[in-house]
Amino acid sequence: MSNHDNGHEATTDVALRDTTGPDRFENPGHPEHHPRLGDTDPKANKKAERQVVFLFTISILGTLAFIVAYFAFPPGETPETMRRSNITLGLSMAFALLGIGTAAVHWAKSLMNDHEKSEDRHALRSDDATRETAVAVLKEGAEDSAIGRRGVLKVSMIGALALFPLSIVLPLIGNIGEDWDVSKFKRTMWRKGLKLTTDPDGRPIKASDVTIGSVFHVIPEGLHEEPHPLDEKAKSVVLLVRLAPEDLKEAPNRKGWSYNGIVAYSKICTHVGCPVALYEQQTHHLLCPCHQSTFDVADGAKVVFGPAKRPLPQLPITVDDEGYLVAQSDFHEPIGPSFWERLK
Amino acid sequence: MTTTTSTPTRTARAAAGTADYLDQRTGIGVAVKTFARKIFPDHWSFLLGEIALYSFITILISGVFLTMFFVPSMNETVYNGPWPTMQGVEMSEAFASTLRLSFEVRGGLLMRQIHHWAALIFMAAIVTHMMRIFFTGAFRKPRELNWVVGFTLLILGLAAGFSGYSLPDDVLSGNGLRITDGVVRAIPIIGSYMSYFIFGGEFPGQDLIPRLFTVHVLLVPGLILALIGLHLFFVVLHKHTQFPGSGRTNSNVVGYPVFPVYTAKAGGYFFIVFGVIALMGATMSINPVWNYGPFDPSPVSAGAQPDWYMLFLEGSLRLMPGAAEIVIAGFTIPLNVIIPAMIVPGVLFTLLAAYPFVEALATGDKREHHILDRPRNRPFRTAFGVSLLVAFFILVLAGSNDLIATHFHLSINDITWTFRVLLFLGPWFAFYITKRICLGLQRKDRELVLHGHETGRIVRFASGEYIEVHKPLDAHERWLRVQHDAIRPLEIEPAEDSRGVRRKGYRADRIRQRLSEMFYEDRIDPVTPAELAAAHSHGEHDVLEPAGAHGELTGAVGGGQHFVAPTDETHPEKRNR
Repeated sequence: MSNHDNGHEATTDVALRDTTGPDRFENPGHPEHHPRLGDTDPKANKKAERQVVFLFTISILGTLAFIVAYFAFPPGETPETMRRSNITLGLSMAFALLGIGTAAVHWAKSLMNDHEKSEDRHALRSDDATRETAVAVLKEGAEDSAIGRRGVLKVSMIGALALFPLSIVLPLIGNIGEDWDVSKFKRTMWRKGLKLTTDPDGRPIKASDVTIGSVFHVIPEGLHEEPHPLDEKAKSVVLLVRLAPEDLKEAPNRKGWSYNGIVAYSKICTHVGCPVALYEQQTHHLLCPCHQSTFDVADGAKVVFGPAKRPLPQLPITVDDEGYLVAQSDFHEPIGPSFWERLK
Repeated sequence: MTTTTSTPTRTARAAAGTADYLDQRTGIGVAVKTFARKIFPDHWSFLLGEIALYSFITILISGVFLTMFFVPSMNETVYNGPWPTMQGVEMSEAFASTLRLSFEVRGGLLMRQIHHWAALIFMAAIVTHMMRIFFTGAFRKPRELNWVVGFTLLILGLAAGFSGYSLPDDVLSGNGLRITDGVVRAIPIIGSYMSYFIFGGEFPGQDLIPRLFTVHVLLVPGLILALIGLHLFFVVLHKHTQFPGSGRTNSNVVGYPVFPVYTAKAGGYFFIVFGVIALMGATMSINPVWNYGPFDPSPVSAGAQPDWYMLFLEGSLRLMPGAAEIVIAGFTIPLNVIIPAMIVPGVLFTLLAAYPFVEALATGDKREHHILDRPRNRPFRTAFGVSLLVAFFILVLAGSNDLIATHFHLSINDITWTFRVLLFLGPWFAFYITKRICLGLQRKDRELVLHGHETGRIVRFASGEYIEVHKPLDAHERWLRVQHDAIRPLEIEPAEDSRGVRRKGYRADRIRQRLSEMFYEDRIDPVTPAELAAAHSHGEHDVLEPAGAHGELTGAVGGGQHFVAPTDETHPEKRNR
């Protein structure tokens, strides 16, 4: 009952009945084929062909336009020339590609034979005879090697193969973590007497210049002379805020860590380590823009909202003889995200 | 493979000669005979996987271009190029070469933007392709292994995207790496060492960009290419699945031949995908790192989102309350990071990877399936898939909670709390609603098969009774709605045999039965021929000959279910899709 085109020997219409019981409807077989306009009307057919040719021509013009744009619009020195270069190259390239793509698809849909064909499927499983032969072949091979009877040989082979990768893995593991000294997580370059300087230009900060409510992004003095400044900076950045004395709540054991209402906290979030950079003056809240952990600077930088658990570590500060802010010591706990041996 | 025209042209003789040369050395004739006219079925949703493939090829082409100019080094340099705002700024060579690539290499910016857009489309195509496979049950035997291959490709796609995103060494991706460092450190016992393993010492170190570069241009693409090969090999081996429809059975495949139809359609489609991506690269700016600046551990901007496929992890991290961090015997266990960054994605991905095997266990059938399911006919699966998606999208939205807050002037705390609640309630609601919708659609199918289309034709009888005439479905329309199996929950042997001895293995069977009941307890059976006959036979007292007879339904007229023959045949294209 099929109107299907069996133009090729590999494709045949097959029995269309599913394995259905009497309670099931029967598959009604392939629906009737509806000819396209171009199949019956030679004019429409010719028109479709012209459309395909037109689309290929657009592609050719697109490529030519790309070449022209490449030479005519160099990226230049200004944002405008850069944008012009990008958009002319990109648009002409898009035309070159879309021309080919739409032409090919239009050709296939309007001009190529659109009679659906049907092909048989076969079960993937090999037949029993093949399976038996496969097993027999493997058995024969195993017997030829005699691996079943030679236990020591088998064990030594497995041992050799299992151990060999160590010769690659060992030097890799040995070197990949540099010196593997993870205790560096617990130290920063802050030490007694080190000046607090502004980030990024490194100017020392006079306590008298810090007005109530102002915020300073701070790096330690001499950061840029360190062998790996970014590694040090990633641990030692500090945020400095001066609060009105009546706003500041201080734990008894930290009374001496601030100076004249000026407090300094690690800028590295105790959640997963983003810089906690957004300070809201009215509420004294510090917000981490990555995951919105919120810390109260007026109250020991305790967490008031979000996924962080611990307060930001406080840097004990004081002033030196010239009135510049300096650290009293390093932080008293590891800064940044939590890790297993943090408190050990 | 030789041409047999009596007077072969020069070209024909050259082609024949080449074919003969190749065949004598490769036996390629067999492959051509087997594959050139191989049949593939047609459906728009089969294009989703093609988009993934073609965007990957686009990524490879643009990526090779980028490697010619990118310098994967963290050595410090000072910028001195045309971009004014970065003049004299200290930066890594990676960032400087990205700027050079963007502003000084002609077409470089276009290639960068094409590469990045293609990567986003690659991931989106993988996810939607996977949704198509899931909701139509294309993962069933014999394709379970190919599902696992596809799942692995999804994970590799994430790895490729993430490693590439970080290469320019800008401040935005640098903060992404910082978050990675924080997450890795949270792993109990070995966390600190894992961090050293990745960064070659402390964050950010000197090694990361070269390492990511190797991962991004060699390791991951190599694996992806190999697995794409395996994925497509399986597609050819299994032959493509097809949607149900008249003439299509579990033992045939109906469609068009590879040569020439799919050569043109699929080949053309590659150019369309590439062309659309080029259009995006031309007109839509992406990852303008020259506005962010080089990596520095100190600054960060609000509203900084990762690429979309990482947003769910970001959202998961944002939702977890901090109180979960605990200390046991002096050792810190940051569950506020471990749960959202490892356990939540772990659960989502495990459910996804394992689903075909769980469903096979619940269904208990060992047949091969080549006819796709209509999603409505498998209510549990469809509802389960939707609830997984809902959980995923809630996390994606939670990853944008700061943008939601600033755009809609809402409190970030309220939004976060709303999402925390929604993450637990949303999937359950989605499951329930989807299942109801599926069952409702199946009832609609039954109704349609039994009673036909409403025609809007009201007829008044001599007795004064009014009826609406219904048009019965033709055999093709009907087949689509009755072809599926209604799967019943598994039946198991009783707990005790006839002598009252408890059976071994009963408990395992019972658990499996429970699972099966969860899947298939609620179901709507397809209409059987007997039911249809019964629906047509009542109401014989009405005498209305339908205009024109049609098949076995001739004269079937009933109170409220009066039939006329289909006058305008529904186009098969519309009917079966």
